[in-house]
Amino acid sequence: MASLRHERRIAAAPDVVWDIVRRPESIPTWFPGIVSCTVDGDVRVITTATGMEIPEKIMTIDSTIRRFAYRVTAPLYEFHLGVIDVIEIGQFDSLCVYSTTAEPDTLALLIAGGTVGALDEIQRLAEAAQG
Amino acid sequence: MGRRILFITTDQQRYDTLGVNGGQLSRTPVLDKLAAQGIRYERCQPTSVVCMPSRSSMLTGQFPSTHGAWMNGVPLAIDAPSVAENLHDAGYATALIGKAHFEPFMDPFGLYAENALANLGVPTIEQDWFDGRRGVHRGFDYLEFATHGVMGPLHYAKFMNEHHCDAISGFYQVVDRSLNVNAAGGGDTGAPQVKFNAVPREWYHTDWVADRTIRWLEEQKDDRDWFCWMSFPDPHHPWDPPKSEIGRVPWREVPLPANYPEDASEREALLDAKARHWREWYDGRVVSNYEAPAKWVPATMTSDQVREVNALNAVEVELIDEAIGRVLKSIEAKGWGDDVDVIFTSDHGELQGDFGLLFKGPYHVDALMRLPLIWRPALSTKPEPSVVHAPVSLVSLAATFLDVAGQPAPRWAEGTVLPTSDDEAKARSFDATFTEWDSSFFGIDVHVRTVMTEEYLYTEYQAGTMHDGSEGELYVLGDDPLQRVNRFDDPALASVRATLAERLEGHEHRPGERATPGVLMAPV
Repeated sequence: MASLRHERRIAAAPDVVWDIVRRPESIPTWFPGIVSCTVDGDVRVITTATGMEIPEKIMTIDSTIRRFAYRVTAPLYEFHLGVIDVIEIGQFDSLCVYSTTAEPDTLALLIAGGTVGALDEIQRLAEAAQG
Repeated sequence: MGRRILFITTDQQRYDTLGVNGGQLSRTPVLDKLAAQGIRYERCQPTSVVCMPSRSSMLTGQFPSTHGAWMNGVPLAIDAPSVAENLHDAGYATALIGKAHFEPFMDPFGLYAENALANLGVPTIEQDWFDGRRGVHRGFDYLEFATHGVMGPLHYAKFMNEHHCDAISGFYQVVDRSLNVNAAGGGDTGAPQVKFNAVPREWYHTDWVADRTIRWLEEQKDDRDWFCWMSFPDPHHPWDPPKSEIGRVPWREVPLPANYPEDASEREALLDAKARHWREWYDGRVVSNYEAPAKWVPATMTSDQVREVNALNAVEVELIDEAIGRVLKSIEAKGWGDDVDVIFTSDHGELQGDFGLLFKGPYHVDALMRLPLIWRPALSTKPEPSVVHAPVSLVSLAATFLDVAGQPAPRWAEGTVLPTSDDEAKARSFDATFTEWDSSFFGIDVHVRTVMTEEYLYTEYQAGTMHDGSEGELYVLGDDPLQRVNRFDDPALASVRATLAERLEGHEHRPGERATPGVLMAPV
C-alpha cells in the first residue's frame, strides 16, 4: 500500500476552491487527462485521454469540512482512496490537499502524478474566479 | 553546407560490450571500425545511471540537478533547453527515431506528447521553447518512438499491433499485473526478464529503428544538413531478442564476468564493504527504486542465470551493430559518407552480474557508469584517430553537436565540446566527471553524488532514509579496476578523500541557473 499527497496554496477563499471540486460531474473541467465522465448516484465513470474508462465510487462529499473522497473500483486496484481537502488558511487563502492511497503501489504513483496537474488547474480556476 | 550528424544511442549498454573496448562476447565490427577511424573514449560517464535524467542531459547539456528531471518518472520540463532547437534554428532537419524518454512512459491520463504522437498521426507538435518561442517538440521536426517491447501507444507498438499482432505474445511482459518491473523468469535458466522471443528479426525493434531511420534519411534533401538521433531501446532488459539469433552466443560457453565471484561468501564480503544499501538490496530487504523487479531477490541469482543474461545481452549488442551497419550503408548510398559525423554512446550501463546484481540503481561503479563513447568525425575533416583516456561526460554532447554544426555553445550548456585527444583534454582541464542520483520511492530517499577522475572514483551518500550522510566509497582505479576495495575510511587516503570531497562540493555549488526540480509523476 502506498500513500502519496500533493498540496497547493491557493489565493482564493476556501468556498471558491470547494465550489470547483465538490461536484462529481465537474472533474473533466479541472483534472487534465480526464476528458469526460458519467455520474449515476454514487457511481462515477471517468474516461481518460488515453481512452481508459475507470469506474469510481463517491464516498464523501462533505461541504462542512470541505472534503471530497472517492474510490477507484476498477479490478486492477486492490484498494484505492482519493481524498481532496480544502482547508481555510485565511479569508482569501486556501490549502488544497489531494491524497492518494492505493494498492498496488505503482498505481498510487500514477494517480498521484495526475493530481499534480489537477491542483494546477484547480488553482488556476479558483484564482480566476476569485478575481 | 555544414556537417550532418548521426547520433546513435543504445539503452543500458556497458563499455565492455564492444569488441574495440575489449569485449569478448559480441562481435561489433561496425562500431569497432568507427572507433578506428575516429576518437574512442576510455572513460565516458553519464550524469545519471537511469534513463530519463541521463537522456535529458544529452539533450540539454545540463546535469540533472540543473535540468530538473532528477529521476525516471520526472518529466523534463517542456521548455527545457534542447540542442535540437538550436540545430533546428541553424537550418538542420532534426529527427529522433527510437527511444526518447524525456517524459514518463506510464501515462494513463495522456499528458505527454511522446505518448500521443503515434495516435495523432503527426510527426511532431508545437510546444513552448526555452527562449519563449513556440516550435516543434523539443526541437525535433520528426519523431517516431519505440521502447522495450510492444508497450504503450508508441509508434513501434502501433506498427506491431497493426501488422504483426500474432508476434506480440513472443515478447517478454516488462511489467507485471501490478505494473511493477516483472520478476518472472524465462529462457533456459529462469533468469528474470528473459524470454525466448519467436518474433522474426525484421520485426524486432532494433531493426525497426534502423528501418525507420533509413526511411527518414532517404527523404532528406541533398542540400540540407540534418541531425538524426537514432535511439535503440536495446540492450536494456528485457532480454528477449529474436530466438532465431540466440545461437550466436551460446550461454553455456559464456564465462562469468570478472566482477562476479561465484562463491556467495566472497560476493557478500564485497557488498558488505560498500554502503549499506548494496547488501540490503542483494538480500531483498530494500528496493530503493523502480529500476529492478521489486519481487526479485538478487541473492537468488545463479551463475547460469548470469551467463544467460550476458549471452542474450551480447546477441542484442550484435543486432544493434548490424543495424547501424545498414544505416551507414544507406548514408553511403546517398553520397553523404564523408560528410557525416557519427557519435555513438549509451545512456548508462547495466550491472549484468557484477557483485551478484542485475539491472541498475544507486550503485556508482563502472558497470553502470563506464560507457562506450565513439566519435567518428566526418571523414572529409580527415580526423586523426585517437583514444582519449581523460574522463569525459555525456553532458558534453550538446556542445559537441553544436560545434560540429558550426554553432556557438549556448549559455545554458554546462558541458563543453568533447576533447579529441588526451593533450587537448589536459589543456582544457578535462580531469573529472560528476554523476548524480536522487530518488524518492515510497518513503525511501537516496541521494548520491560521485566524482570520477583518472585515478579515483569517489562517492558520497547524502543524508536520506537509508544513509545518515557519513557513508561513502572511494576506489583507487589503478590498483582496483573492479572497484572491490572501498577505501573511504582508509587514513592513508584522507587527503585524497578531502580533495575529492571538495570537488563534489564545487559541483554542488557550481554557478548557473537551475530549473525547479520536477515532480515525480510516474514510476518510469
